[in-house]
Amino acid sequence: MSELTKLTIAQARDKMAKGEFTAVELTEAHIQAMAAKRNLGAYIVETPDLAREQAKASDLRRQAGQAGALEGIPLGIKDLFCTKNVQTTAASRILEGFKPQYESTVSGKLLDAGSVMLGKLNLDEFAMGSSNMTSYYGKVTNPWKSKADPAKKLVPGGSSGGSAAAVAARIAMGATGTDTGGSIRQPAAFCGITGIKPTYGRCSRWGVVAFASSLDQAGPMARDVRDCAIMLGAMAGHDPKDSTSAPMAVPNFEAALTGDIRGLKVGIPKEYRPDGLSDEIQKVWEQGIEWLKAAGATPVEITLPHTKYALPTYYIVAPAEASSNLARYDGVRFGLRVEGSSLDDMYKKTRAAGFGSEVRRRIMIGTYVLSAGYYDAYYSKAQKVRRLIADDFKKAFETVDVILTPTAPSAAFGMDENTDDPVTMWLNDVFTIPTSLAGLPGLSLPAGLDAAGLPLGLQLIGRPFDEETVFKVAGVMESAAGFTATPEGV
Amino acid sequence: MSLDKAAVRAIAELARIEVRDEELDHLAGELSGILHFVEQLAEVNTDGVPPMSSVADLTLPMRADVVTDGGQFAAVLANAPDGVIEDQGGFFTVPKVVE
Repeated sequence: MSELTKLTIAQARDKMAKGEFTAVELTEAHIQAMAAKRNLGAYIVETPDLAREQAKASDLRRQAGQAGALEGIPLGIKDLFCTKNVQTTAASRILEGFKPQYESTVSGKLLDAGSVMLGKLNLDEFAMGSSNMTSYYGKVTNPWKSKADPAKKLVPGGSSGGSAAAVAARIAMGATGTDTGGSIRQPAAFCGITGIKPTYGRCSRWGVVAFASSLDQAGPMARDVRDCAIMLGAMAGHDPKDSTSAPMAVPNFEAALTGDIRGLKVGIPKEYRPDGLSDEIQKVWEQGIEWLKAAGATPVEITLPHTKYALPTYYIVAPAEASSNLARYDGVRFGLRVEGSSLDDMYKKTRAAGFGSEVRRRIMIGTYVLSAGYYDAYYSKAQKVRRLIADDFKKAFETVDVILTPTAPSAAFGMDENTDDPVTMWLNDVFTIPTSLAGLPGLSLPAGLDAAGLPLGLQLIGRPFDEETVFKVAGVMESAAGFTATPEGV
Repeated sequence: MSLDKAAVRAIAELARIEVRDEELDHLAGELSGILHFVEQLAEVNTDGVPPMSSVADLTLPMRADVVTDGGQFAAVLANAPDGVIEDQGGFFTVPKVVE
């Protein structure tokens, strides 16, 4: 393992600015590391030649005095972002071989900031999942191992499982993720890294394969809070091509890391202590509260009374939107086609062969809750409860500045666990889904290890478009936690 | 609400996903389980609550009604799965729909 792959983005940026090494050297170190860790299954496609080309161009830009915010930084891109002329699959068979003719706004902005793309990262099919077990291109293995059972293969979480595994295993300095109900935060927690789902509308969705459009949001995943702040600064911004993208200026997120949180009020929602919450999660949460108190913030118990309805609300809203978004995969214009005896028969055969079982299940649920006679009872009802959930947060933010919760109800689980019943798997997102429904920014950072030596994450939730406070508080917690553990072999 | 095999077949038809007969029982069980789970929303009082379709506090932006893009013939057809007939102008092709 090269020393270069151990650096954070901020460290590499500063060292390259001083001329200690070049983008070509940094990129080469990552290409080697990526090839050495193929057993993780983190990448669907590696693009080493493209990366070398981009690194060369980056070094030239630096020589010309035109270095961007991420100049020469090698990143992985979740395979949900369309990348020009590089296969983009959403981890689905139905998009095998699809080469977009355009670049998504977010991945394009990262390139404009000078970054280098190492390849396309694995995920749950169409970002639907919490384990990265539903990818057509193979499962992703979490680089962390349980001390109690080192032979057991653990999931990296999902849906941005490839992104989280790659950042944790030091085969990307940072990665893009997307989050619809927890897909950045839960894998970040499972892999001991930091990730933020910004406010809905902060990053453009243009060119990101759509799952549930009212919830989908792109965000950075990296090794620490500062790196996430640097990346988000490059990814965010108004885009006329996404009508839900917010026409707001992008603050300097890195400058928000002042370390001063004196006088801030931190909400602790009492509904996030369900019966049966593990003692270890409870302990790390209490520890987090103590860290914030010691830094001069005040914990305040708050209530978010509709929390228990977030999961059922999400599992109506998200599949409904998905069933509509995924109607475009019909074998006509791009992707897989399975011939049939008629046009309808071709659609049905193509979609049966192209979609995996979780995606099919969600399309069918979505189709049902939107169908005539059931729309009001399911979809419309869920939209109303969604407003109540969002209002809970609005009320809470009248008295607090930020909210602290666990990210997930457990540490990373084994590949053979939670697979029997779809609803059990969904419970993984019980702490992240309410934030998504309310469109609020949520950040997960590693706060400690459980008895088996696996990372546990804490989540900070902020007001709409107040990622700065989230980053500021996260920076303080990160210093207090002093989380330096790494997976084996790193 | 529990779904029977006929209901699952109807949903699959609406979703244009071919489902084999031997899969219907299993799917009916799974989908019924999910519906049972989400039906707990019935206990929430939502009288007078307007449905929330988006969290974005934005009105959809307007723009001038002018052509902003176009002439991307090759790019549009680049990923077409089958049978783009170049010498006839270039089309997406589908199975015959008119007898």
